[in-house]
Amino acid sequence: MTQLADNPMASSTWFADESEGGAPSWLTALRSMAAERFDAVGFPSSKDEEWRFTQLAPITRTQFRLADRQPPGRQATETAGAFSFGRDAAAELVFVNGHFDVALSKQGRLPHGVRVMNLGEAIECDPQLVRHHLARYATIDANPFVALNSGILRDGAVIHVSRGAAIEQPIHLLFISAGGREPAVWHPRVLAVVEDGAQAVLVETYAGAANGVYLTNAVTEIVAGADSRIDHCKLQQESASGYHVATTQVALGRGSTFVSHSATLGGRITRNDLNVVMAGEHAEATLNGLVLIGGEQHVDNHTLLDHAAANCPSHELFKHVLDGKATGVFKGRILVRPGSQKTDSKQTSKALLLSDDAVMNSQPALEIYADDVKCTHGSTTGPVDEDQVFYLRSRGVAQEAARHLLTYAFAADITRRIKVEPVRRRLETFMAAQHGLPQDLRITDLGAHDEAARNS
Amino acid sequence: MKLPLLEIRNLHARVAAPGGREILKGVDLTINASEVHAIMGKNGSGKSTLAQVLAGREAYEVTQGEVRYKGGDLLELSTEERARDGVFLAFQYPVEIPGVSTSYFLKAAVNAIRKHRGQPEIDAKQFLDLVREKMKLLKMTPDFMNRAINEGFSGGEKKRNEIFQMAVVNPTLALMDETDSGLDVDALKTVAEGAVSLQRPDNAILIVTHYQRILQYIVPDVVHLMFDGRIVMSGGRDLAARVDTEGYDWVDKEVKQLV
Repeated sequence: MTQLADNPMASSTWFADESEGGAPSWLTALRSMAAERFDAVGFPSSKDEEWRFTQLAPITRTQFRLADRQPPGRQATETAGAFSFGRDAAAELVFVNGHFDVALSKQGRLPHGVRVMNLGEAIECDPQLVRHHLARYATIDANPFVALNSGILRDGAVIHVSRGAAIEQPIHLLFISAGGREPAVWHPRVLAVVEDGAQAVLVETYAGAANGVYLTNAVTEIVAGADSRIDHCKLQQESASGYHVATTQVALGRGSTFVSHSATLGGRITRNDLNVVMAGEHAEATLNGLVLIGGEQHVDNHTLLDHAAANCPSHELFKHVLDGKATGVFKGRILVRPGSQKTDSKQTSKALLLSDDAVMNSQPALEIYADDVKCTHGSTTGPVDEDQVFYLRSRGVAQEAARHLLTYAFAADITRRIKVEPVRRRLETFMAAQHGLPQDLRITDLGAHDEAARNS
Repeated sequence: MKLPLLEIRNLHARVAAPGGREILKGVDLTINASEVHAIMGKNGSGKSTLAQVLAGREAYEVTQGEVRYKGGDLLELSTEERARDGVFLAFQYPVEIPGVSTSYFLKAAVNAIRKHRGQPEIDAKQFLDLVREKMKLLKMTPDFMNRAINEGFSGGEKKRNEIFQMAVVNPTLALMDETDSGLDVDALKTVAEGAVSLQRPDNAILIVTHYQRILQYIVPDVVHLMFDGRIVMSGGRDLAARVDTEGYDWVDKEVKQLV
């Protein structure tokens, strides 16, 4: 436990908040409990096993100010425009420096039973829903950043899909940084409740155009009712000087399906915790991740597949492409609790190192307390395969083009699995530009469609 | 007088690593357009290394000698430049490339060659026609074009894919490295017939093989025997027949008598 004395940030700075009038007492209570929790534990230290591969000093030693609400400037509008799904989104909520921006958002025409609201609106319209679920999954003792987020908790998004309702078009939550002169912090919060038999596609985009230093400290809670289906994507393209820390906590009910794709392209330091609890039998989780970084970027993905019920399959594939002096961390924990028989879990981590200075640290962690289970994991890290390069060159493909093609194909193994069109398109365009490949190149030209892609 | 298509003089090559072993120890070989040559030899004699060095594999370093191709210095060219100028290596162990379809890859290869020749990119219809014709030649199923290159292919399928690619790019100098190994009789026949159909007055085939089986279908004009990094004997088909019945021991003995 870090003593407060070691913590250069006095809690009063973090929690310096205009005390909003009108917040319900349960929310005020949650905030103060969370703030107390954070005061008690402080930031994780590098001795903490869960955090030892990520240097938090650049974050903990920076004097961040809670970002003020500002009228959206040109930069915010442009960034929002660049990352907007436009007509592809059923609804799109835009947050600028953590604040909901009604002018840039689109509530859309949602089918009956589907609600997309900002947190304040949700507390007003359906306090029971919010109170019942908020902070129940990502609890304040999950990690210090969750406590910090909950202690300030002010703005965010609430999605509710009632029993049996379905929405095919993605609901897009767009969090953008519009910069500022001083280092600023915001703590976005997302709560998605998808009731029994319901379906939804949820996309979180975190994007920055700003030069300034900032920290996004996000917490997302997703609740999947029995036999529901949730497709979740998280695209992180923070600016080069941005820090991103996020916890995504998912609770899966009986027979539900959760498919998650995360892509990390931006940010100076990123730490993602993605925890999925399979609480009911026959729940199925797919966690795929793609990390494309270079320079001095650092990305740490911690995932937990918590098999808390029997008969649950889970699949996990994380791919890293590291260039420059980038560092990648993947810690994939699979926990099979007592009694969770017939668990079938497969985890794969693959990293491609494009430079001698890039470093990957990949760790599986399997904790199995049931005896009739199937758990496999595999991890590979290495440079571009020279035999493959030679093969392509021997057919006339130039050396550089061969390397780009192989790198693209490595990453495309993840993107082609993404069914959310605007997310896949954005990633393909990003990758094509990165590799000097034609912008109109689509995975169907390049890719071979294997069974895995069809099934996931 | 017409120049030979390929002329190798005193070629020495070693494994490109500090203290790398010398594998080619003075290879001399001349191949004219329209000819089929076979290089036979036992494992470790250097025959596959020769094919790889000709294709430009950087795992080997040429330390001495020269290679003239179409009258120019082949060793000056990068692997891809050689390919664009008509050199094709059918691999002994074709590489699997997940995520890249054969169709995409072949189109890239064909266009790289066309660009080199100053031709425009091949249009979709033309490419499809070409590919269909060659697939028929090699008796391949259409789904194959959309599969990742060699991924999950059997050994035989991979070899067939090599000759299929060779048929599509239509090379000037085809280097077939142990194409026969791992093929059953039917597949060998199909593959060999595919190769034979590519013979033209202006191109040549060099077959590297341990066994003479494939030479029943692709009849060589000249057979060379390779031993310890050099070609020690050249002759007609009868040389291949002798290897088939007697193995390679007699070559060892005769070479040792010469030394």
